[in-house]
Amino acid sequence: MNETLTEHILEVEEVVMAFGGLMALINLNFQVKKGMIKAIIGPNGAGKTTLFNVITGTFPPTEGAVRFKRQSIERLKAHEIAKLGISRTFQTVELFTNMSVLENVMVGCHTRTRSSFIASGFRLPQVKRKEAQIRSKAMEVLEFIGLTDRSEESADSLPLGDRKILEIGRALATEPELVCLDEPAAGLNETETQAAADLIKRIKEKGITILLVEHDMKVVMDISDEIMVLNYGEKIAEGIPEEIQNNHKVIEAYLGGEEDYA
Amino acid sequence: MEEFSFANQLFQYLITGLTVGSVYAMVAIGFNIIYNVTEIINLAQGEFVMLGGLIMVFLHAVAGLPLILAFPITVILVTLVGMLLDRLAIRPIRQPSVLTLIIATIAASIIIKGTAMFIWGKDPFDLPAFSGRTPINFLGAVIQPQYFWVIGFLIVTVILLTLFFEKTIIGKAMSACADNPDAASLMGINVKWMILLSFSLSAAIGAVAGITVTPISLMEYDRGAMLAIKGFGAVVLGGLGSFPGAILGGLILGTIESFGAGLISSGYKDAFALIVLLAVLFFRPSGLLGSVEISKIKRF
Repeated sequence: MNETLTEHILEVEEVVMAFGGLMALINLNFQVKKGMIKAIIGPNGAGKTTLFNVITGTFPPTEGAVRFKRQSIERLKAHEIAKLGISRTFQTVELFTNMSVLENVMVGCHTRTRSSFIASGFRLPQVKRKEAQIRSKAMEVLEFIGLTDRSEESADSLPLGDRKILEIGRALATEPELVCLDEPAAGLNETETQAAADLIKRIKEKGITILLVEHDMKVVMDISDEIMVLNYGEKIAEGIPEEIQNNHKVIEAYLGGEEDYA
Repeated sequence: MEEFSFANQLFQYLITGLTVGSVYAMVAIGFNIIYNVTEIINLAQGEFVMLGGLIMVFLHAVAGLPLILAFPITVILVTLVGMLLDRLAIRPIRQPSVLTLIIATIAASIIIKGTAMFIWGKDPFDLPAFSGRTPINFLGAVIQPQYFWVIGFLIVTVILLTLFFEKTIIGKAMSACADNPDAASLMGINVKWMILLSFSLSAAIGAVAGITVTPISLMEYDRGAMLAIKGFGAVVLGGLGSFPGAILGGLILGTIESFGAGLISSGYKDAFALIVLLAVLFFRPSGLLGSVEISKIKRF
């Protein structure tokens, strides 16, 4: 792969995240190239979700820098980072449960809507037009993720597989350039997992960069362009799927020191 | 005076009750807007009503501004007070727990009340009724035109709020904050702005309630606390967080009060609201339209 031609959309530099005495991330360095799927794997408690929280602004890192399209974002608030073009899903699905499937996606569209409160309060025709625009954009997203026929159902009533897909759809509605997916296949059966993996590939085809945390190794090996392995907050390996599969350190971290296993 | 039948009298109580109830409903809606976004019970809610009435008295009756100008200016000024409440009392608190914030709103209500006493003194003030004080005879009841203004403004408020929450993207964003603030901020929604907006909206609605009710019941500096208690009673009766519940709760509470005062004793007028509040908390803590599951999850 030609390094000089590929632009880094995300750069994480010497990031430290400490919760009191607990070091969740230790001097972490890595880059994500534009347009690729990069997976982050590692045993439970390795710091994967913490890393997502740092990137998306849930909390600022203790030390270090995070750059998105060359702009420092490590001190920005979550909503500001979302506006710049990073979106995410959660390990435990976090939908707006009191809203319909369509409304969930419509809220995602909020990020790209420029409307002042005054305008929406007093100029009804304009509000109507905007509402119609958002609605049709949200329907497009639903079509892309294949939930069109459930648009009016309550988000709460969907089966887990569809809720996970809907959460991805809501993330896409913010028109991100980078999507962080936190265990999109967790808890899904084989068919649903396949559907999620296919969706992720189609998102990549749209030119959106994907950062993926996932435990299902079949999915990870199948769709990732690059894999980074974390263990106790440190990067222990990074490379293409084949390299990672044969990396002794990785096997050790996962299987607890059985060197001869592979 | 012609014959004044018992049925006519009951109808009179009903109309009065619905009018007073409309004010309680507006206070209750204000409670719910802030509660839904922040889980805070804003105990300064009644002060918005008091300020609405007294500022209107100043602008309209004292400074002589016409009704059509004084009304929006009053609403804007009270809305600013609501914003200041958020910026000065709510946002600066570090590591806020919901309870700390509620106590902050109590402090704010005392400060607002004290300031109002300095400005307006302790006397109640009257305001000219919007369309005169010639009573209308309707089905045997004697109705002040102002009653219709109060009920009318409740209806307008409800329609506008419904449009806002259902039809505008900002309204949806606000509901999203109420639903899941973390996910909302990751959707690019500035939760702090939404909290500010919730305080502004509640203050504006409180101001409308105060402006419309002052020609009927006068207004003085210390009316806020009792209005907050009545409004809170309406919220609890209807179910915390539920807008239809707030309206229903307010109207029922106002009607109970009016019938109680008319048929039993007007001396116990304020007690009825508190009795209803206690009865609901004993027998149906989730309120009329609140869901039991939600009331279990919520922290209050």
